[in-house]
Amino acid sequence: MRNVWAAAFRVTVPVLIGYLAIGVAFGLMLEAIGYNFIWAFFMSLTIYAGSGQYLGVSLLDLGAALSEAALLTLILNFRHIVYGLSMLEKFQTITGWRKFYMIFSLTDETYALLTSVRTPQGMRPADFYFAIALLDQSYWIIGSVLGSVAGALLRFDTTGVDFAMTALFVVIAVGQWKENKRHLPAILGGCCTFLSLSLLGPDNFLIPALGAIVVLLLGLRGRLEDPAAAPVQTVKEEQP
Amino acid sequence: MTTLTPAQAAACIAVMAVMTFLTRAIPFLLFGRKGGQVPPVVLYLGRVLPPAIIMMLIIYCLRSVSFAGPSHGIPELLCVAVAAVLHWWKGNNLLSIFTATVLYMILVQAVFV
Repeated sequence: MRNVWAAAFRVTVPVLIGYLAIGVAFGLMLEAIGYNFIWAFFMSLTIYAGSGQYLGVSLLDLGAALSEAALLTLILNFRHIVYGLSMLEKFQTITGWRKFYMIFSLTDETYALLTSVRTPQGMRPADFYFAIALLDQSYWIIGSVLGSVAGALLRFDTTGVDFAMTALFVVIAVGQWKENKRHLPAILGGCCTFLSLSLLGPDNFLIPALGAIVVLLLGLRGRLEDPAAAPVQTVKEEQP
Repeated sequence: MTTLTPAQAAACIAVMAVMTFLTRAIPFLLFGRKGGQVPPVVLYLGRVLPPAIIMMLIIYCLRSVSFAGPSHGIPELLCVAVAAVLHWWKGNNLLSIFTATVLYMILVQAVFV
């Protein structure tokens, strides 16, 4: 059992750095609008979403209506809707409260790790995934509480440390590129998002980009279906 | 200062928690039932989406980079390239992420100020 946690810790170190950095920033912001570390702790425990909780700070500050809070959270976290699609098979062996927790804790970073890690030999995937998910959230909670208690005392200039999150996604993208024979999904994802950002600007591009990616991938199903089960040539020959 | 009572603030947090969980749970509510068959098209999407989503998340992280700004996005693009090349070459997660992040911190704190 200790092995599982050690192995999970190894793969989650980048998230540790990133979550501490953006968690501390969240705690500081929350403290600045008059909510102490107890609020930071409960928000990180129950909401557990990076950009969602940043939004939460402004909602609390402005005294937003509940309906507004619900709608804005839904829009901001809409991308999470597709994450579960890739986890339906992976989570099949997980049951009960652990499955509930795995679904609850499916942040961008945990999703990215779970789609890219290989379970070490001799461990059950369910245990390994659970350890990754739980460690990630503990980093986030520690970061946000730390930020609200001691953020103002931090004298070390941490500007730019949140780049660890970007670097984590870059590293995962490179790993996937090397591993997959077909690069069309990655290219599509990059092009759709870039186009959407160029056309719509940084505030509204995510949902249109996500929609375009899903629609294009559905349209290309004939070309991309099941590369693992059938060699490339066979699939091509079978096309009418 | 806040205009909400503690009870109102707690309600706001609860609503955000429920909505966030809902966005993550919808695929499982729709397709995750025990013994139920997941439609092949959904499994297909689940398999091909991750590389596309990871690219989306990279751009999402870089969304506020301004090429017209004082640093022209050089620190971001350079450090993304460093992470990618280093990882292609060595294949060591921590090495790639640490190097790119430290370089980025130096660039934004000391070079492009």
